[in-house]
Amino acid sequence: MKVQPIAAQLPESRPERPGGKKREYLVQARDVSVFYGDKPALHGVTLDIEQGKVTSLIGPSGCGKTTFLKCINRMNDLVENCRVEGRITVAGQDIYAPDVDVVALRAHIGMVFQRPNPFPKSIFENVAYGLRIHGMTRSKTELADRVEAALKRAALWEEVHDRLHEPGNGLSGGQQQRLCIARAIAIEPRIILMDEPASALDPIATARIEALIDELRGDYTIVIVTHSMQQAARVSQNTAFFHMGEIVEYGATKRLFTSPRDERTQNYITGRIG
Amino acid sequence: MTDTSGRTLDFTARPAALRRRHAAEARFRMAGRLAILLAFGFLVLMLGAIAHTGTGALKQTQIRLQVALPADAPASTDPAKADFGGLLKQALRARFPEVSGRKDKRRLYRLLSIGAEERLREAMLEAPAPGAQERVLTLWLPASDEVDLLVKHDQPGRLGEQEQRWVAQLRESGEIRVAFNRGFFLNGDSREPELAGIASALAGTAWTLAVCFALSFPIGILGAIYLEEFARKGRWSSFIEVNINNLAAVPSIVFGLLGLAVFLNLFGLPRSSPLVGGMVLALMTLPTIIIASRAALRAVPPAIREAALGIGATRVQTVFHHVVPLALPGMLTGTIVGMARALGETAPLLMIGMVAFIVDIPGSILEPATALPVQIFLWADSPERAFLEKTSAAIIVLITFLVFMNLIAILMRMKFRKRF
Ligand SMILES: Nc1ncnc2c1ncn2[C@@H]1O[C@H](COP(=O)(O)OP(=O)(O)O)[C@@H](O)[C@H]1O
Ligand SMILES: [Mg+2]
Repeated sequence: MKVQPIAAQLPESRPERPGGKKREYLVQARDVSVFYGDKPALHGVTLDIEQGKVTSLIGPSGCGKTTFLKCINRMNDLVENCRVEGRITVAGQDIYAPDVDVVALRAHIGMVFQRPNPFPKSIFENVAYGLRIHGMTRSKTELADRVEAALKRAALWEEVHDRLHEPGNGLSGGQQQRLCIARAIAIEPRIILMDEPASALDPIATARIEALIDELRGDYTIVIVTHSMQQAARVSQNTAFFHMGEIVEYGATKRLFTSPRDERTQNYITGRIG
Repeated sequence: MTDTSGRTLDFTARPAALRRRHAAEARFRMAGRLAILLAFGFLVLMLGAIAHTGTGALKQTQIRLQVALPADAPASTDPAKADFGGLLKQALRARFPEVSGRKDKRRLYRLLSIGAEERLREAMLEAPAPGAQERVLTLWLPASDEVDLLVKHDQPGRLGEQEQRWVAQLRESGEIRVAFNRGFFLNGDSREPELAGIASALAGTAWTLAVCFALSFPIGILGAIYLEEFARKGRWSSFIEVNINNLAAVPSIVFGLLGLAVFLNLFGLPRSSPLVGGMVLALMTLPTIIIASRAALRAVPPAIREAALGIGATRVQTVFHHVVPLALPGMLTGTIVGMARALGETAPLLMIGMVAFIVDIPGSILEPATALPVQIFLWADSPERAFLEKTSAAIIVLITFLVFMNLIAILMRMKFRKRF
């Protein structure tokens, strides 16, 4: 499971960073193109995602951010006429290889969606479900312990510990989204994909989610799609700017926002397109 | 009134154009109300007429008689040996001692129903241990259908003056009463209207619907789940979809013909049996269940599927842990609606011979049986006037079941509406 060094020939696909510190790339996309039927949505995207860091994908709506995100855990398989070309490796393994089991893949790559989507079951069951289907606990007490740990990690335990058996959709929008994060991290994935996780939330709930993302960094590799540049600047270390199905610029977040190299990036972050 | 720009603002003025718009609205409202009123009126008229004729069948005219039992009588309650008819005739002659002549006597005997003999036998079985001396039982015995009609509806029918006088006499002395007709719910069909009941038809319907449910529910639900959640969407699936929709519109008698040709003639399954009836109705109900179930599955938000698949559930786990529980109320509603349709279905059952004269209550799905709507059809066809009210009463029972089933469907929809 060694990261392959193909990316060496494609320096622009990697966020540059001062100092020659060695970096690990967990996800590597090479020349990825996606088509919905005949309609292309992504053209030749090449991107390396750094392990243990938060990488944000920004860009005007419809530019293919969600499409790219869903390639990483193969949720695009569910779209009837969707075709993915190119190569994506996670920890060195080609995830579109014929012998890859998507169920196993998704167990290691969690996803949080734009609209909170807890199961219409109890708070406890929401978090316990993943542990159950993957057979990750041996006893009831272990299950309860791990549910508690996940809820604590997602900074939700304080608010829900006395009503674990009430329905998950009875929570507020922000709490529901943290419940979805707890559900995702309960099964200890390596990567968490987040598709505009705060776009349906108010500023206070958004701040809590952002704090949580910051807190999870390091243990998890996080890829977050966001339409808010402030959010990208606040939570991520690397940022990729998508435009019309291509990556225009990719780099350390600070650098990208302070001195963008491409005119389109410049225009987008100053609010002239998008 | 004027606003700052100097234009007048008057919200009470109604120019002609506005008045016309209001008038159009009022006309439409009137037409709508009229339509609903008309529909409702017809419904009330229909139900009222059925209820009016039907309630009579729930009551039965009975005659009180004192039947003298000879000392040795209890020893032979065996219907083959005992002469219940003779005892009853004796009792009638004792009540009207003035009647003489064979013709008059025969008329007298015809006041009672044949069912009186059965009632007497029951009474003798219930009676305390056989004694040595002669005993007298006082019994309320069912009157014949002619007397029944005379007492309940004042229709003399074929009764002559003499019989009418006897009935009047019995009435005056309180020896005739109109009581609840338990037999209507406990007896099978009979040639005698006053004895005919719906028990055999109800049992036949229950068996038939049980077979229909056992076949169409699992097949329909699983078929819908497969088509909606697993099958590739393509030319084949749309071909199947079109065919299922067409099948739902096929007249039911065609399914009856199919059952006759395939189940009876090809497979040699027993004629007139609830098994075959249920199979035919299942064929008819399947498309309804599949269509309703697919709609219910489609109504489950995709976000739920994404959530489950996103944490590594397999498709089967996603479907059975999350999607089906949410779609189940809709699926059950569709099933109940389909079963309600099957409950009222007559034509296909006629085709496979479930139209026989069934006296005994069928004890299994292989015995000959009939169904409630077919029983209604049979009675409506009978020449005896007394069957008229039986027909209406059976319709009331059928409609009660239908309303009940639809009520369950509605309640289920309401209870589970806001789940996601
Ligand atoms: N299921 C789909 N079927 C067809 N076209 C789609 C589908 N999902 C997305 N698209 C198209 O692909 C393009 C990229 O969409 P998306 O990745 O959702 O953009 P973003 O998330 O950046 O707003 C859009 O033009 C969109 O219309
Ligand atoms: Mg999107």
